[in-house]
Amino acid sequence: MLLQEGKGQLVGWHDPDENRKWVEANKPRDMTDKTMTAQEAVSKYVTDGSYLAMGGFGHVRVSMVMIYEMIRRRKKNLIMAGKTAVHDIDLLIGGGCVDRVEVAYAFAHELRGLSPGGRRAVESGRVKVVSEISNAGYQWRFLAAQMGLPFIPTRAMLGTDTLEKSSAKVIRDPFSGKPICLLPAAYPDVAVIHVPRCDKFGNCQIDGTMVEDFELARAARRLIISTEEIIPNDEIRSKPWLTKIPYFNVDAVVEQKYGSHPCQMPLEYFFDEEHIGEWLDLSKSDEGNQKYMDKYVYGTEDFADYIKLIGGEKKMKELVDVEHLRRPMTAPWLKNKGGE
Amino acid sequence: MADYTTNELLACTAARVLEDRKAVFVGTGLPMIAGLLAQRLHAPNMLIVFEAGGIGPQVPVLPISVGDSRTIYRAIAASSMHEVMSMSQAGYLDFGFLGGAQIDMYGNLNTTVLGPHGSPKVRLPGSGGANDVGSLSHKTILIMRQDKRKFVQKLDFITTPGYLQGGNSRYEAGLPSGSGPFRVISQLAVFDFEPVSKRMRIFSVHPGVDVKTVLENSSFEILVPDEIRITQPPTKDELDMLQKIDPVGMVIAKR
Repeated sequence: MLLQEGKGQLVGWHDPDENRKWVEANKPRDMTDKTMTAQEAVSKYVTDGSYLAMGGFGHVRVSMVMIYEMIRRRKKNLIMAGKTAVHDIDLLIGGGCVDRVEVAYAFAHELRGLSPGGRRAVESGRVKVVSEISNAGYQWRFLAAQMGLPFIPTRAMLGTDTLEKSSAKVIRDPFSGKPICLLPAAYPDVAVIHVPRCDKFGNCQIDGTMVEDFELARAARRLIISTEEIIPNDEIRSKPWLTKIPYFNVDAVVEQKYGSHPCQMPLEYFFDEEHIGEWLDLSKSDEGNQKYMDKYVYGTEDFADYIKLIGGEKKMKELVDVEHLRRPMTAPWLKNKGGE
Repeated sequence: MADYTTNELLACTAARVLEDRKAVFVGTGLPMIAGLLAQRLHAPNMLIVFEAGGIGPQVPVLPISVGDSRTIYRAIAASSMHEVMSMSQAGYLDFGFLGGAQIDMYGNLNTTVLGPHGSPKVRLPGSGGANDVGSLSHKTILIMRQDKRKFVQKLDFITTPGYLQGGNSRYEAGLPSGSGPFRVISQLAVFDFEPVSKRMRIFSVHPGVDVKTVLENSSFEILVPDEIRITQPPTKDELDMLQKIDPVGMVIAKR
């Protein structure tokens, strides 16, 4: 029956009955006020050694407020879901929080090029890649967990080293008779998702694409929501079809305007390319990395303090204009592009 | 010398492979530019799909990320990765675009690692959506810089399946029937795959390039057809449109 077994580490799997029991005991069904500070959310729900997944898309709708707080609180030995991990994992590696990663996509910034810091960490052995997977594969691992199933089949990954280094297995499908790849469920110990608005209980609306946050929110054991804005429960109830994540999946609600800077918040503000450029430049060396952390993370008390440092409301208004196509984007990395 | 850059030639050549009334799955950079170029010139009814969930947008300017909000500008849906990857697995996606650090004669790709996996010489991003696109699209188009280090006898890591070990091996592994690499586009030539062995073969050479140069810039043996076509050079219309698609020069140099 078993045709092939991936040799990658099986990260975040639980027996479905064990997880049902955990959910029964640990996820209250009543609506309670879950608002707290970033610091409280980190100390309550992010423990050293946890398996962590960040929502959004690596540098789109990422909870930077929680990432900076995890670095500030010196979280250690996290295993990260590299489910299109871009700026999120770069900072967490640079901050010394992550030492293992299951990679679908990591150590690069899409059009901006490869990540100097992330690559250095892996190539020196400081950060270990424990398994490989594809993007579709990763989000289907979350879908299996959301559904309470031990695994989910896919026709991707077959025949490749991606499968060989993953935690998937191949069997012969009893219906079609063809080989099929089985992806194990993934239950992150903690997931952090940034949203434009939610109520104090954690009922969330999300604008733009969901990426894989629908599945991730339901797969994670603990879920921290950071939000641009807290809205009244009445507003949720007046348009219940807009609720993408319900309160009973949520453990903490942290309100933080501009909480995704320097990443993009779809329909609100654009990437701060100047800031990302500064990071890409500084993260070329360990000294530069330290300089960035000292200035922007350890040197600021909280995220509001950080927003002041990067230029405050004036800067954010510019990024709002770029997002709404009222102003063209500029980026330091553009100098090296398009030349050929 | 011809009055166009390599990126312009790659973008125009890739765009022409795309057909109207089909669906194309695009990644950032050249694939996105090729998709937008095709849509604005010969394929106005082409459906563009992005892996983070953008379906059918009228993209205003080149996005930086396949997840950024430019990919849902005037789209028909802002959905999810589960939705678009399921579309692909169910057979709705005709074309997918891919690139890589290494390619072999069967169109398998490496974007994971150079050197051993456990002690990498260069760590690359990994599969991302590439394995899914290469596994599940009906036809994949591979855009690659060509030289002996990139066109290799043996990949350091098979991230994304082409025709695997050639012949029927792709389908025997369980990948969807009839799917696989369709064209490879390099700065020197366009390649297709010989139908039985599934080995890479010259389809056309670019203007001013001879067959010998194409063959010399590969570590594996490329098949040569009896008749050699010449790739059509970019037209003025295409070059003008490229400037509008990428006005700030992210991929296409400003003229």
